[in-house]
Amino acid sequence: MSQPDDDPKSRNNEVVAFRVGGQDFCFDIMSVREIRGWTETTTLPHAQSYVKGVINLRGSVVPVLDLSDRLGLGVTETNARHVIIIAVVNGQTIGLLADVVSDILSIPDDALHPIPDMVADQVKAFISGVVLIDERMIRKLDLSRVVPPSGLEAA
Amino acid sequence: MTTGGSDDFRASFFEECDELLEAMHDGLGLMQDGAGDGETVHVIFRAVHSIKGGAGAFGLDALVSFAHQLETVLERLRSGKIEATPDLLTLFQQCGDYLSDLVTAARADAAVDPGPADALGRRLDAASGPDCDTSEAVSQAADDFVPLALDLDALEDPQESDADDPMSSGIGHHITFTAEPELFSSGNEPALLFRALATLGPTRVGADVSDVPPLSLLDPTMSHLSWEIELDGDCPADIVLDVFDFVSDCASVEIAPLEHIAAPPDRSTVPASDDIAPAAGADAAAPAEGQPPNSETVGWGHEPARAALPEPAVAPPQLSARIAAPQTIRVDFERVDKLINLVGELVIKEAMLSQAVGKLTLNTGNEVLQELDGLKQLAGEIQEGVMAIRAQPIKPLFQRMGRTIREAAAMTNKRVRLVMKGEAAEVDKTVLERLVDPLTHMVRNAVDHGLEDTETRMAAGKPAEGSVTLSAAHRSGRVVIEISDDGGGINRDKVRQLAEKKGLIAPDAPLISSDIDALLFMPGFSSKDEVSELSGRGVGLDVVRSEITALGGRMSIQSELGVGTVFSISLPLTLAVLEGMVVNVAGQTMVVPITAIQETLQPASARIHTIGPGTKVLSIRETLMPVADLGAHFGFREPPEELDDHVLLVIETDTDRRCALIVDALQDQRQVVIKSLETNYSQIDGISAATILGDGRIALIVDPEGVAGGVSPVPATLVAPANPDIVEGDSLVTA
Repeated sequence: MSQPDDDPKSRNNEVVAFRVGGQDFCFDIMSVREIRGWTETTTLPHAQSYVKGVINLRGSVVPVLDLSDRLGLGVTETNARHVIIIAVVNGQTIGLLADVVSDILSIPDDALHPIPDMVADQVKAFISGVVLIDERMIRKLDLSRVVPPSGLEAA
Repeated sequence: MTTGGSDDFRASFFEECDELLEAMHDGLGLMQDGAGDGETVHVIFRAVHSIKGGAGAFGLDALVSFAHQLETVLERLRSGKIEATPDLLTLFQQCGDYLSDLVTAARADAAVDPGPADALGRRLDAASGPDCDTSEAVSQAADDFVPLALDLDALEDPQESDADDPMSSGIGHHITFTAEPELFSSGNEPALLFRALATLGPTRVGADVSDVPPLSLLDPTMSHLSWEIELDGDCPADIVLDVFDFVSDCASVEIAPLEHIAAPPDRSTVPASDDIAPAAGADAAAPAEGQPPNSETVGWGHEPARAALPEPAVAPPQLSARIAAPQTIRVDFERVDKLINLVGELVIKEAMLSQAVGKLTLNTGNEVLQELDGLKQLAGEIQEGVMAIRAQPIKPLFQRMGRTIREAAAMTNKRVRLVMKGEAAEVDKTVLERLVDPLTHMVRNAVDHGLEDTETRMAAGKPAEGSVTLSAAHRSGRVVIEISDDGGGINRDKVRQLAEKKGLIAPDAPLISSDIDALLFMPGFSSKDEVSELSGRGVGLDVVRSEITALGGRMSIQSELGVGTVFSISLPLTLAVLEGMVVNVAGQTMVVPITAIQETLQPASARIHTIGPGTKVLSIRETLMPVADLGAHFGFREPPEELDDHVLLVIETDTDRRCALIVDALQDQRQVVIKSLETNYSQIDGISAATILGDGRIALIVDPEGVAGGVSPVPATLVAPANPDIVEGDSLVTA
């Protein structure tokens, strides 16, 4: 389920880099609609633990995922400094909870590397590669895996 | 034929077809009821004719040829060559249905079964009688008519589509043209206008010189002339008015339908040719030459004209009434939906503003508060107005059922009449669309199961022809649709036996009649001994009911043995807003639809009994109902032990499930805008949708059916569940 945008040879290699659970991640900027400050969510019954709830995005009901929980990096204790990255995945608009958005990066094709073995298994399942820039290692998320292809099911 | 810009024309042709088919079915219905007259036949004829013309323009050959056959017979009917026998009317109904099929198929670019066309065609040929030479003329005329077929005015001005029709050639216009001095000073020439008129049809022009003063008083720069023009033919009024477009600010033009009988037969007319030029150009010249005004010689003159007309003062209203008749525009549905969303936003913003202003603790009577009230009212009215755009009359849906009934009647060999009542009632478009399937099913049921066969009816002293009545009415913010038949009613003994046999109920279960009626809605129940080809397709009333429930509707049955059965469906007028009770549960704000709430109780005053560990029941007016904590149901908390600082909501669902829900507090009752959860998430058990509250946060709307279904045991009267084994296994696991 890799999206065309994830193709390393695609001309547009701009990504949004952000921090979740102390680690750096990024994904294609074309998936991003906007970045918002943290707002209280409305809890959804019977939802997966990583579904924080829903927020009102100018009249639309948008679910917010705790990326840290989803990637196995621990449940986020939210505060006002957290951000919600609004992205469109598989046609659905969702919010992704992150600690902070650090950068918008332009990645040269040769900076994208396959996943090294040392990365924890759960994280590995959700990333399509790693980017090495300025001594930093940024994991590139495959959003279509982060959000189940069949949509967010109520458990 | 469907490439490029013609797609738009094509789309509007099919939209027009819908309206024409509706008009045709209306007319056929009237004739069937014996209420039709000559005009009804004309209307049907015109509808079929217009469809044929349009279809010709798009090369829809099957449609053209069938419409032509139908039209031929209609033509003979309206010219009195054949009689409107019941058989013929039935044939027309069938042909109308097939014509609808052809239009539907043509719209979808699909092939249609040509079989009926041949069979119906032969019957039409037979019906049209031996002397069939008129068909050729009609065909010829229709071909001429093709270029006009897409004229969107056709409906507002039925005469127009009859340009080829000799019978309507008597229709015309009487035009009164009065020149202001500016007309001449700006270089306009009435004679040229009249000549232009003459291109629209035969004209008779007369000048009215009665206002011309004696020479001594004549001011040559003033205009004293007016003209009366009679235009034959059925050119639409607006086309006629177009002729005068350039002089509209310097002449007054009144136009009225021409009344032939009233016109004096012996008037002297002046043809619209060059020889009126002297009279027209003479406005200044003629009086200057000293000729005394003489109405006899100049034209038919003022007096006869007055006599020929009803009242000139009445004429303009006639015209405007005619133009103003059904003014509609076609709007893309998406645009309306966008508008509705925006208005929903507006209402939410308004609520947020109210809340923000509320925090300021302003004095009552403060200007801000007053203006806010005004804003609130406006927002409410806009919302109502926008919702009304989505509302559509239920009539086309009912008409569709007419066809279902005819087909069902034919298959069961019953004679059935459809009676429609209140078909002008308006319902949200989405509701209408989703009503098609349930209603079709119920109407089939009414014919198949509800009505007895003809012999039984006769034996019971009923008219041989059964009737199925569809009615719609607005009742307290909901629309109630009833499907009633005058059949045998529900045989409750038989229903009970069948339910026992199928294991749906215990053999000795104490059931009152309404309980037995409710059995019809149980899955796996079919009251007919043998599943019939018609309605027994494995889809029962339970499916119908769940479809209705999904629309926020309720269903009920009333039945009397030997008299008939009435199914009532009560539906919300719109799917966009909902009247709800805003409640607090476990720190969450939720909305419970007001329609489900029977009453609210303080636990302190209610009689609550504990049965076994953690199971509570409420005793209210000698019935017991389960008590469930809404917070615990959604997994927000453990059910509270002490209920004293909580509130009980007594819920009754559409399927008559009852339970009492524990919530923490009631906030208020208000209209909420329904937002879909499924767009970006998925469906949640026990939650029907979401809404946005005044503080901009989202509140979930509770689905009473889902919640009550989750907590409530099967009512004591309906003992055995469909598969007891599985239920037992489940309870073992959870224990």
